[in-house]
Amino acid sequence: MSVLEFSPSRVGAMVRRYWYLLRSSWPRILDLIYWPAVQMIMWGFLQSYVAQSGSGFVKASGVFIGAVLLWDILFRGQLGFSISFLEEMYARNLGNIMMSPLRPAEFITALMIMSLVRLSIGMIPVSFLAIAFFGFNLWSLGLALAVFFLNLMLTSWSIGIFVAGLLLRNGMGAESLAWTFMFLLLPLACVYYPVAVLPGWLQYLAWALPPTYVFEGMRALLIDHVFRADLMIQAFAFNIVLFAAASAAFLQLLKSAREHGSLIQGGE
Amino acid sequence: MDVSTSPAIAVEKLTKIYKGIVAVDGISFSLRRGAITGLLGGNGAGKTTTIAMIMGLVTPTSGRVSVLGSDMPRQRYDVLHRMNFESPYVDMPMRLTVRQNLSVFAQLYGVTDIETRIGQLAADLDLGEFLDRPNGKLSAGQKTRVSLAKALLNKPEVLLLDEPTASLDPDTADWVRTRLETYCADHRATVLLASHNMNEVERLCERVIIMKKGHIVDDDTPQALLTRYGREDLEEVFLDVVRGRAREAAQ
Repeated sequence: MSVLEFSPSRVGAMVRRYWYLLRSSWPRILDLIYWPAVQMIMWGFLQSYVAQSGSGFVKASGVFIGAVLLWDILFRGQLGFSISFLEEMYARNLGNIMMSPLRPAEFITALMIMSLVRLSIGMIPVSFLAIAFFGFNLWSLGLALAVFFLNLMLTSWSIGIFVAGLLLRNGMGAESLAWTFMFLLLPLACVYYPVAVLPGWLQYLAWALPPTYVFEGMRALLIDHVFRADLMIQAFAFNIVLFAAASAAFLQLLKSAREHGSLIQGGE
Repeated sequence: MDVSTSPAIAVEKLTKIYKGIVAVDGISFSLRRGAITGLLGGNGAGKTTTIAMIMGLVTPTSGRVSVLGSDMPRQRYDVLHRMNFESPYVDMPMRLTVRQNLSVFAQLYGVTDIETRIGQLAADLDLGEFLDRPNGKLSAGQKTRVSLAKALLNKPEVLLLDEPTASLDPDTADWVRTRLETYCADHRATVLLASHNMNEVERLCERVIIMKKGHIVDDDTPQALLTRYGREDLEEVFLDVVRGRAREAAQ
């Protein structure tokens, strides 16, 4: 039996554990919908206001609502991953998990599945609210939405894996990173504006981030009605590198946590 | 090496240094299969770090630990399903019911007939009354029984217990000890028990290892220690050791 062995049953056990927790607490479920809904409604009204002021393309294309929904997929995807991980630390259960036969890859897979579950609970109702309030139908993006979603989830999992490694190594002292790390990407990934707006030197950095390609692709689709497959392929390639780097960093941080005794402390 | 006669746990020149502070300093011991061994020492003696290295949660700075013939932590996945532990430093999720918690851990440990196993443990450890109650709503004694049930889910051959009866009233503590004795007798399990309760150690353990400042300062049967130190009970022996009267008392 090696570290590389993979058991779907152990993954299922962890998913079951998080599902039991989620369904036992209505505030946890409400929280999944509350912020995405508030965010979408606020940006929707802002878009309506800007459109009234003369920027016709904004209203026609729904770029703000599209951007905020895709940003929420990225942000909430990572948060869903990180919060499930944090639940183990809050519950002082990490020692039990780390001492069990659960492999790191199985643990990460369970967290990825839970991020999808949590995201679905939050984003599906909010996407219908966007239709009801502003007539913006995210689902009408069709196959493009699936490609955007895949790329954004890969990025969110990569960040989630890296943050989980930092939490293992540094304990709850690193908790705030789980909530704030993704915001580092917000200005650089050009969620609400084109990359061309950035200064030249910063554009190089922006193009090194997979979500930048997705948001540029979304604007191309909504404004110019063109699906930029080239951007999506580049995003996917960057995501593969990012995911591999995050996984390697996680394993290295786990090793370091074992060396520093962080797994039996877990505190501040 | 014959598996039946090889030690369940072998520790060789084990050292752990945290940022220049020596927590465990070159200790060696081996535990035969089926033995219950007590690990004694004051706070900061290195007991928890030693147990954590045996579990593979902490990597030794130097030295070697092997459990059931597998090197820890390198080969931990070869043996983790054959061992288990209980410690006051970990908890189980509070919002999950006892049954849900046990069922999740049973699946993680690869227990085949989960419902039957939970039923057996519920009967053995008297959990039936609160099996469907959230873990966070249990008393300290009930939580300890649930933690013990989790530790016995996979019928471990090696059981590491860190103060299993801490914060329990004497009656519940005695009850837990009886269950532990029964389990070990029935399954020939090897147990390493870190405790501050000398009565517990005297009752359960055939051998006692005493640690101080990361070193092993004594290692013998409870009776031999009492004789050597000229004391009535292990508590007096323990006080002799931690207060530095060990050498003169032993002489």
